[in-house]
Amino acid sequence: MVELFFIYFAIMIVFCSVMVVIGKNPVHSVLWMLVMFFHVAGVYLMLNAEFLAATQIIVYAGAILVLFLFVIMLLNLRDEIVSEHSVDGWPAGLAIALGFLIVSVLSLVGFTVKATGPWSIEEVSRVTHTKALGGVLYTEYLLPFEVASLILLVAIVGAVVLAKKRLKS
Amino acid sequence: MSIFEVIFQPGWVDTALKIGIIVIKIAIVIGVVMFHVAYATYFERKVIGRMQVRMGPMEVGPHGLLQPVADMLKLFFKEDIIPEKADKPIFYLAPIISLTAAMSALAVVPFYKDFMIANINIGLLFVLAMSALGSYGIVLSGWASNSKYAFLGGLRSSAQVISYEIALGLSLVGVMIMSGSLNLNEIVKAQAAYPTGLYAIPQILGFFVFVVAAIAETNRSPFDLPEAESELVAGYFVEYSGMRFALFYAAEYIGMILMGCIASACYLGGWTVPWYLIKILPFLKYVPGIVWFVGKVYFVIFCYYWIRATLPRYRYDQLMAIGWKLLIPLALLNILITGLLKLIF
Repeated sequence: MVELFFIYFAIMIVFCSVMVVIGKNPVHSVLWMLVMFFHVAGVYLMLNAEFLAATQIIVYAGAILVLFLFVIMLLNLRDEIVSEHSVDGWPAGLAIALGFLIVSVLSLVGFTVKATGPWSIEEVSRVTHTKALGGVLYTEYLLPFEVASLILLVAIVGAVVLAKKRLKS
Repeated sequence: MSIFEVIFQPGWVDTALKIGIIVIKIAIVIGVVMFHVAYATYFERKVIGRMQVRMGPMEVGPHGLLQPVADMLKLFFKEDIIPEKADKPIFYLAPIISLTAAMSALAVVPFYKDFMIANINIGLLFVLAMSALGSYGIVLSGWASNSKYAFLGGLRSSAQVISYEIALGLSLVGVMIMSGSLNLNEIVKAQAAYPTGLYAIPQILGFFVFVVAAIAETNRSPFDLPEAESELVAGYFVEYSGMRFALFYAAEYIGMILMGCIASACYLGGWTVPWYLIKILPFLKYVPGIVWFVGKVYFVIFCYYWIRATLPRYRYDQLMAIGWKLLIPLALLNILITGLLKLIF
């Protein structure tokens, strides 16, 4: 049963990703991406990672993708709907895709089917995922977590500075 | 293994029974909520009418009681008009997204002790995720209609919903810290065990932020700029008619009822009554919990109407300033205070 669900999610994720890239209408592309995010959240749910699934939808679908839509709508791309491809420059794209393929094949070699640390799927579902993730993030991985939040803060300040600069000139 | 063997595995009776119970629960909840949506419109017109010294609807049935039925029949039989230059698939999809998002969030609401469709650990996050999905219905309907008014309404609304979603989420963090859970059922139970019985008293700051953000999130007056009829005709759903319009309308009212349910469960004690009230008036403990829950939801919805009849609409820059410069800092302050208190006690 679990395998059936996984096959469904995997096929839909690949299908939606392809639809995002080959779509000619940018708004339709964003919608395919939305469907894809929901299926990625479904995969997280199957791994008992319910907190990750919810934040995936809140952050990616609720904030980032809506801002995408916003920009596309404000640019009013309706005239450009007729353009042949939404993405140009295929040689660079091909190179990047091949690079990713090599990286993923290499990482597959070091992949073990069983969970190696103390956090097996059963253990996570016993403690509940939110508690497990919070506990680990704020004790074992406190420094990387704070570094990541500092980087985000720098990005926020940078965005404000850029916006202010344009206001003055 | 053939399909036949998969279905008739040992234990399939249990599985079928579980699914059957869930389906029955869904049917009950949808039926009750849709009935409430119909009569929420009636009570809105009655309450606002009374506040403006009018009678409200009086013609259909005694005291206009059958008015929602007449409205529904009218909307069913109206012509479904679709603009010629609209983006058809998205135009069809937008109201469905709105309604689906609003309805699926109802799945995690504990109407009575342990009576909820889905008892999941991340109940509150699920509600926030679904309200994030709901903003797509608004943005897409504004864009797909290919009309200036709808487009402006959609843009306004999405900016508003995204801004106030942050304040809404942050205001609920105080409740999460106090109860130590994201499950709405557990939150109500933790609340009943708390000395004040209601989180609205220690979380008064968070409750204030939640109420204001909830009004803005559901696009209600005085934050109903997306549908400001004097400027935008009707905002994002101006091109919709008949049944599709009714879907948007239903989504808005379900959103209101949902916010009432969340306020009731997270701040007002859900299906429980504070212990000191029972001590003063002992007969209160014979009142079933569902009555308390529904009563609290009605109270919140009545406040929605009250605010609508009292306050004029805000300007758009004022709306954004309230959201970003007042509500979000207040919510962060509330988290800080709650966290410190939790640390000390």
